[in-house]
Amino acid sequence: MRGTMGQTGAYLLELEGLTKSFPGVLANDSVSLQVGHGEIHALLGENGAGKSTLVKMIYGVLHADSGVMRLRGTPYHPASPSVARASGLGMVFQHFLLFDALSVIENIELGISPELAKGDLRSRIIEVSENYGLRLDPDRLVGELSVGQRQRVEIVRCLLQKPQLIIMDEPTSVLTPQEVDVLFDTLRQLAAEGCSILYISHKLEEIRALCDRATILRGGKVVAACTPAEETAKSLAEMMIGDVVVPASRTQGAIGDVRLRLNAINQPSTHQFGVSLRDVSIFVRGGEIVGIAGVAGNGQEELMEALIGERPLENADCIKLEGVSVGRKGPDERRALGMCTVPEERLGHAAVPAMSLVENSVLSARIRRALTRGGLIDFGRSGNFAEVIVSEFDVRTAGVEHAAGSLSGGNLQKFIMGREILQAPSVLVASQPTWGVDAGAAAAIHKALIQLARDGAAVVIISQDLDELLTISDRIAVIANGRLSEPEDVAAVTIESIGRKMGGQSAPLPSDGTQTEQAHAQN
Amino acid sequence: MDLVVSIAIGIIIAATPLVFAAIGELVVEKAGVLNLGVEGMMIIGAISGFAVTIETGSFLAGVIAAILCGALMALLFAFMTQTLLANQVATGLALTLFGLGLAALIGQAYSGKSAPPFPKLAVPGLSDIPVLGRLLFSHDLLVYISFALVIGVAWFLSRTREGLIVRAIGENHDAAHAIGYSVVGYRYAAIAFGGACAGLGGAYLSIVQTPLWVDNMTAGRGWIALALVVFAAWRPWRSLFGAYLFGGITIMQLHSQALGVQVEPQLLAMLPYLATILVLVIISYDRTRARLNAPASLGLTFYATT
Amino acid sequence: MLRIEPRKEPSRLILYATPFIAVALTILSGFVLFSILDKDPVQATLLIFFKPLTSLYSISEMIVKATPLILIGVGLALCFQANVWNIGAEGQFTMGAICGGAVALALHGVPGFWVLPLVCAAGIAGGMIWAAIPALLRTRFNTNEILTSLMLVYVATLTLNVLMHGALRDPQGHNFPESKLFHDAATLPILISDTRAHIGFVFALLFVVLGWILLRWHVIGFQIKVSGQAPRAARYAGFSSDRVVWFSLLVSGALAGLAGIFEAAGPVGQLVPALPVGYGFTAIIVAFLGRLHPVGVLLAGLLLALTYIGGEGAQIAMKLPAATTQVFQGMLLFYLLAMDIFVNYRIRMRRAAAASGSAAQ
Repeated sequence: MRGTMGQTGAYLLELEGLTKSFPGVLANDSVSLQVGHGEIHALLGENGAGKSTLVKMIYGVLHADSGVMRLRGTPYHPASPSVARASGLGMVFQHFLLFDALSVIENIELGISPELAKGDLRSRIIEVSENYGLRLDPDRLVGELSVGQRQRVEIVRCLLQKPQLIIMDEPTSVLTPQEVDVLFDTLRQLAAEGCSILYISHKLEEIRALCDRATILRGGKVVAACTPAEETAKSLAEMMIGDVVVPASRTQGAIGDVRLRLNAINQPSTHQFGVSLRDVSIFVRGGEIVGIAGVAGNGQEELMEALIGERPLENADCIKLEGVSVGRKGPDERRALGMCTVPEERLGHAAVPAMSLVENSVLSARIRRALTRGGLIDFGRSGNFAEVIVSEFDVRTAGVEHAAGSLSGGNLQKFIMGREILQAPSVLVASQPTWGVDAGAAAAIHKALIQLARDGAAVVIISQDLDELLTISDRIAVIANGRLSEPEDVAAVTIESIGRKMGGQSAPLPSDGTQTEQAHAQN
Repeated sequence: MDLVVSIAIGIIIAATPLVFAAIGELVVEKAGVLNLGVEGMMIIGAISGFAVTIETGSFLAGVIAAILCGALMALLFAFMTQTLLANQVATGLALTLFGLGLAALIGQAYSGKSAPPFPKLAVPGLSDIPVLGRLLFSHDLLVYISFALVIGVAWFLSRTREGLIVRAIGENHDAAHAIGYSVVGYRYAAIAFGGACAGLGGAYLSIVQTPLWVDNMTAGRGWIALALVVFAAWRPWRSLFGAYLFGGITIMQLHSQALGVQVEPQLLAMLPYLATILVLVIISYDRTRARLNAPASLGLTFYATT
Repeated sequence: MLRIEPRKEPSRLILYATPFIAVALTILSGFVLFSILDKDPVQATLLIFFKPLTSLYSISEMIVKATPLILIGVGLALCFQANVWNIGAEGQFTMGAICGGAVALALHGVPGFWVLPLVCAAGIAGGMIWAAIPALLRTRFNTNEILTSLMLVYVATLTLNVLMHGALRDPQGHNFPESKLFHDAATLPILISDTRAHIGFVFALLFVVLGWILLRWHVIGFQIKVSGQAPRAARYAGFSSDRVVWFSLLVSGALAGLAGIFEAAGPVGQLVPALPVGYGFTAIIVAFLGRLHPVGVLLAGLLLALTYIGGEGAQIAMKLPAATTQVFQGMLLFYLLAMDIFVNYRIRMRRAAAASGSAAQ
């Protein structure tokens, strides 16, 4: 029977008062939870709630500051992942530990102990993969597999060690709906055989459909433990986010003309496991903020590249800036025409880590702020500009001559946002504007973005933080599998509808796991 | 016919040092490390092998000395790039410059001296077969060892767990580290092996091929070995083929007049270098093929974050 | 247990101090080396590092040696900062000498102040063309420039050989593989009378200044630095990586070619097969020692020239082997690279992480 406590009445895994802190942040604050034998247990929470840290401690990657773990009733404190594996735990990470140029069987062999690798590994792999519906060809190169197939390799690798508890970290964030169905069947089969699953996710519908119990983390603490089938998506969302979310009413400025228009962008991805953009169209008017929500890996990076101009598009008309076709123009020409951008990666993309803040100002602002004269850099003007950014955006730094890499994440992000906003663009596109940034800095950045829109600019924010988008956007669209949904007014949107769009579906998953109509075609 | 056999034997002798240097560097690069110091390690192997052979009168001692000295030079490179995290390209260059200088320094005392000729092995019975006997079965031991080495490396990389781990490290050193393998440890071993092989290749030049010491006698073979690894798409058998191809071109240049080719020998001498460039272009042009063949971590510095 | 952790920003102090420390360590190693070779270490060190500074003639010889090192070094500093590894400067040097020399020989006996500039321009062109090959191969064919530029060194040296035995050989030279001596109009004016120090040194200083201005102030210098440090940021900024590759290789080829023709039209006075003596490789050390900064290159070039002259003197006076200098130069680069880690990382004592047994009851 699923979810039982086993013969002696004990749980399989118990955590009591687990606490872990890092410099500046209390990642887990006295976390307690219990996982029964053969139970599928969800660990639910937003980005930064502490889920990753918790499972790293369970798997032996990190060590807790205080608290107790018990496995099958006996004290459990793994010094390393191999000890955890030997104790019967398996983990499928969100970022796979795979080697592209090696075959499936070689990848699996690398991930298991030498003793286990002896004997006829090939037939064991085939046996396990067929048993659980995870078909794999042992001789194919992992580099040629789809993301779903790569996950299967990770799972089979895990299963060969006959674990009693499998930890899955955001397993469906990279899967197509059909692959999700297959995965769920596998997990249900495992649970029926007595293997417990600790399932980390933020996808409410899936958790309701799959999991027996759920523990909800917020800000490092356990805020609730419940039975998902007895809850609604709304109540789960509320427990996760903490409050009934009402979009902050903000006084809008006048909405002006269309400043940025994307017309059916079809752009194959250059990244190996990137997602191609399909038929992406949207328009953004002066005075409004459009938010683009979506789980990572659904085309945000490709969209950003297309907008920055690092790769010219096939058709110049696909992007029109103030009516001018810029699809084939480079970043500098777009800046000259009024569009500024903030890429997701601070160090190495938006800023050069070893260069000073002054030099980093020159990086993107030299055209709109006239920081060069006759081919030479005007360090006087650049220094002044950097100083203005620092003071207007409250950037804590020892000085503008110091390297960008010496700033904390939040301060560097403030600097970068300030650099772009102070160029007075007519269009600003920013990706993950407050990622890894403390609450104070995030609030300051939001304020600046809202002011920029109020002053008449068209602002696009691409973000995985739904809260943020609901707070500052006027309209929201969702990007999933490279396609962009129709934007909706924020006032009319609900968490559940957005969550479902992000998961690639427009209707909820029924609890018996059968397929429903799909809103989006597959890659 | 006699000329053809002589030329063939010449090709084998010209190719063997390249085989050693290339197969060693292949293992190093499979582990994800780019060691540009092959030329330096080869020349150190050449002088140490030569010097020890002259001093002790023993070929075995000379060969062992060359292997050890090549490995030592390589370990210096390993220490700087794996432990001190120095830039691999610059360190490899430094190794070459330093090696060339050190070899010239030590070699001054041996300039112009010559060593006794390296014995050829005769396989009883087989060596007496006309033509084929001379061609296949009358070489010195090191030639046979070079083939055995290629077979051994191919087997090691594709059939053993250790070889699999080496390939994994070269492919994705962060994942290998996360799984629990010692990236630095394996790389040290691979680099030392590469140095030993380069040293052996250098010794072949100074002890077997032309048993005397000449300043700078490697004449860029270390660099050609590096090109051979790329040419071979990091596969052991292909590096053997490449070494023989280049050995062949070098020998053709020497025999060009005898073969009736009316080209300035110096121009012919350019052929190996031009051919290397051509090969490099062809291999690199197809970006996806190049990416799948090359170890993805090649040249990247590994810094453990946990 | 020692752990290394990354610094927040590169340590400027250590960046500028390490070349001096590297020099000191090399001198110390020299002491050891000389003792092993049974030579008086103090005398050897004085001869190599201090004696050349005591006479005008030896200073002038230092200038002669430093000129090509500085010229090539400035070009390499540009390249390396762009992450373009031009290892073939020696070949570009040789080609510059060949092209410039060919023009000088073609104009043999023709007077006029315009001859020398034309000869030098040909030298620059020769170096540029030779460097354009790896640039093309990298930008069009994605081929790594390290091996291509290096292979071309051998091709250039062999080309010189071919020409020395054939087309450019002095007909009255008794069949020696040498060219005619360049005539006066094609010879570099001397800077310090009765020495070999020629005006090439002035140009070297000029290019140090120009290189410094370029890297520090000019947008192209900024593009180079950004492309080398953060290619993604360079794309974001709108910089074309191809343009950076072309620019840095062409400039470095031009400077190497100029150094080559200076050498041929100056101290050597003709084309000979032994013209390429390794300046192109030593300049790599000069570039690194100078921290890829043009002014640093100037100082490093002078220092290495000092060791060349001092080394020659020590070789004669103390019968030290000629390759000693090269060993020193290699050691210098090693020490510098070994200490590079301290620029970006710091060493910390760290107790091994406590097992989570402490977390249990």
